[in-house]
Amino acid sequence: MTNSKFSRRSLLKGTAAASTGILGGTDLLQFATAWAQDAKWKPEAGAKLNVLRWKRFVVAEDEAFTAMVQAFSKATGIEVNVTNESFDDIQPKASVAANTGQGPDLVWGLHSLPHLFPDKVADLSDVADYLGKKYGGWVPAAEGTCKKDGKWIGIPVAFNGGYMNYRVKAMNDAGFKEFPKDTAGFLELCKAMKAKGTPPGFALGHATGDANAWLHWVLWSHGGYLIDKDNKVSINSAETAKSLEYCKALYETFIPGTASWNDSSNNKAFLSGELYLTSNGISIYAAAQADAAKGDAKMKAIADDMDHGLFPVGPVGKPQELQLCFPILQFKYSKVPDAGKAFIAFMMEAAQYGPWLSAAVGYLTQPLNEYEKLPFWTADAKRTVFRDCAKRSLTAAGIGQMDEKAASAIADFVVVDMYAAYCTGGADLKGAIAQAERSAKRLYR
Amino acid sequence: MTDVTLVRETARPAMREPTQWERLRSNRDWLGFWFMVPAMGILTLFLGYPLFLGVWLSFTDTKIGRAGKFIGLENYEWLLDDRIFWLSVTNTLIYTIVASAAKFAIGLYLALLLNKHMPFKAIIRAIVLIPFIVPTVLSAIAFWWIYDSQFSIISWALRKAGWITTNINFLGDPWNARWATIFANVWRGIPFVAITLLAGLQTVSPSLYEAATLDGASGWQRFRYITYPILTPIIAVVMTFSVLFTFTDFQLIWALTRGGPVNATHLMATLSYQRAILGGNMGEGAAIATAMIPFLLFAVLVSWFGLQRRKWQQGVGND
Repeated sequence: MTNSKFSRRSLLKGTAAASTGILGGTDLLQFATAWAQDAKWKPEAGAKLNVLRWKRFVVAEDEAFTAMVQAFSKATGIEVNVTNESFDDIQPKASVAANTGQGPDLVWGLHSLPHLFPDKVADLSDVADYLGKKYGGWVPAAEGTCKKDGKWIGIPVAFNGGYMNYRVKAMNDAGFKEFPKDTAGFLELCKAMKAKGTPPGFALGHATGDANAWLHWVLWSHGGYLIDKDNKVSINSAETAKSLEYCKALYETFIPGTASWNDSSNNKAFLSGELYLTSNGISIYAAAQADAAKGDAKMKAIADDMDHGLFPVGPVGKPQELQLCFPILQFKYSKVPDAGKAFIAFMMEAAQYGPWLSAAVGYLTQPLNEYEKLPFWTADAKRTVFRDCAKRSLTAAGIGQMDEKAASAIADFVVVDMYAAYCTGGADLKGAIAQAERSAKRLYR
Repeated sequence: MTDVTLVRETARPAMREPTQWERLRSNRDWLGFWFMVPAMGILTLFLGYPLFLGVWLSFTDTKIGRAGKFIGLENYEWLLDDRIFWLSVTNTLIYTIVASAAKFAIGLYLALLLNKHMPFKAIIRAIVLIPFIVPTVLSAIAFWWIYDSQFSIISWALRKAGWITTNINFLGDPWNARWATIFANVWRGIPFVAITLLAGLQTVSPSLYEAATLDGASGWQRFRYITYPILTPIIAVVMTFSVLFTFTDFQLIWALTRGGPVNATHLMATLSYQRAILGGNMGEGAAIATAMIPFLLFAVLVSWFGLQRRKWQQGVGND
């Protein structure tokens, strides 16, 4: 145990922690011990902390997290028990815990999780204020996602960014030197790429992550929103109609079959060299790099030739993106509230957060402004766009107030189905909007 | 010894009336009732209660994580003019009817084939069971690759053969997706039908066929007048199960399409899951699930009356 922990720690020290520049080369355990001594939250004696979290996408991220948990345990004497669950299972499990009043003390989930049972979760405003003051403040989407009636009901630990993934040569051949910054230029790029036989493709199927992300961008960048500032359904608008026309024009340039795509389809097609432009997290690039490191020449060619671009700005004139937030919450029933708060605060201190976020190599983005400076963001220029995803994101409710209904609308594919119906010819413009409006009214009744 | 016993017998007072308790103790019906209690308890706890709870939830606005209030029929009123819900009902009916009919036809054919004497009979019968043994999720993932819009082996083979120029859009076109999911369901469901019907075929006495052959019956007549009538009760049971399984199918659709494209393959079960568990609206999801009950009840009643006709099952002659 000690050995493996030590090696993991030295690994961290050697690779990431030492290079963050924020804390220098302080040993994780030393830091943890010092931190525990003057921490604002003194864990209850003999506390045992149960944490439920989403299942990792990157091994290195998981290892850094484990090292962090072990250092915390050692410094505070608290036993921390971490359970991993897949995305879809976090919400039901957390709900059962909320209803029965027993289960994990902390739950780390997605989107609007704390808003599902706001009266069952602890007020974490003190933790949020402490971290916000120390690390340059929270991005607006973090506040929007986790605050309710002026109180923080969760702490946004990270965002999972999705951006444009493209092949540089194909873009250049299509007559573009750099990735378009506005929606009009983006449509031109797609048309030119299709004409060159290097087509783009974006998921229009029930792809929870990819389809929701890019289609909300299409909607929002044109000024259409499912709900307005007062959470009244406002999808039936001229802006929505324009965004549908825009989407259809894009769809005509796509590789066939995107209506059936799920979250992994574009990864496969891109890595096989059949797809030249799509929206995705950094996973395509990471996979290509990983295979290239194993000596796969084809993957190396793809990794070298690909890059990432921000979602272009539309008629609205500013970034309008949907990026996935990962908030952590504490249940009121927890018998060790201070241990929980200490853990969250500890986790987001530079000594831990820097190496941990660096280990996630761009899959995850900080909600605290100070961490933009982490050197790994610029160590590889192809990663850099993901640095800004939290800053550029709206909440899942768009311009509306965050509540659990926003997550329901996303889970129910209200926006995705509207575009898919219109693009594939399943409904006309009015019909597609009417169906979405009805679905939204059902949720926001 | 014998004498002593006899003397004792005669010395006993006249028989008294047995008490109620004694009667109860020796009552076979009462004993039967107690034997049934564990089964009833299990059924009530694990079937009756969840069913009741589901129906109750459909009359409330329960969300995941929050207890709901009674709202009467509001969930159903919303479903009534919900195009996606009605689409899912239509999809479920098409899926169930087409897939069950295909499973029955192919399953029966396969059973008749397997009932014949042939070499390696046992091995072939075992092989037929494979689709049923493979976990649904695994076979669904295999089908997902087979139907992939870019990497489909079918598209690839046809393209290499020069029959098509672009890949077949298996799961991206509404009707293609429906047929593709139905095909996958049929592939998976055939072994259950085939093997169960085969078991039924084995119970048919060869002497009946012998007699029919002597009377000059053709192959079709032997099937129509001997095999089919004897097989009917088993067909009823198998098809009831097959219809119920198909109607409530979830895994295959979820792994292949998640109800897409544009809800063209959403079944009532998948829509219920999407809205209740992922969307968090338990009340509405429960209403969709409850709306499945009448259809299922109808399927059960049809087979029940089908079974009732076969009185020989209860030891009475055939009608």
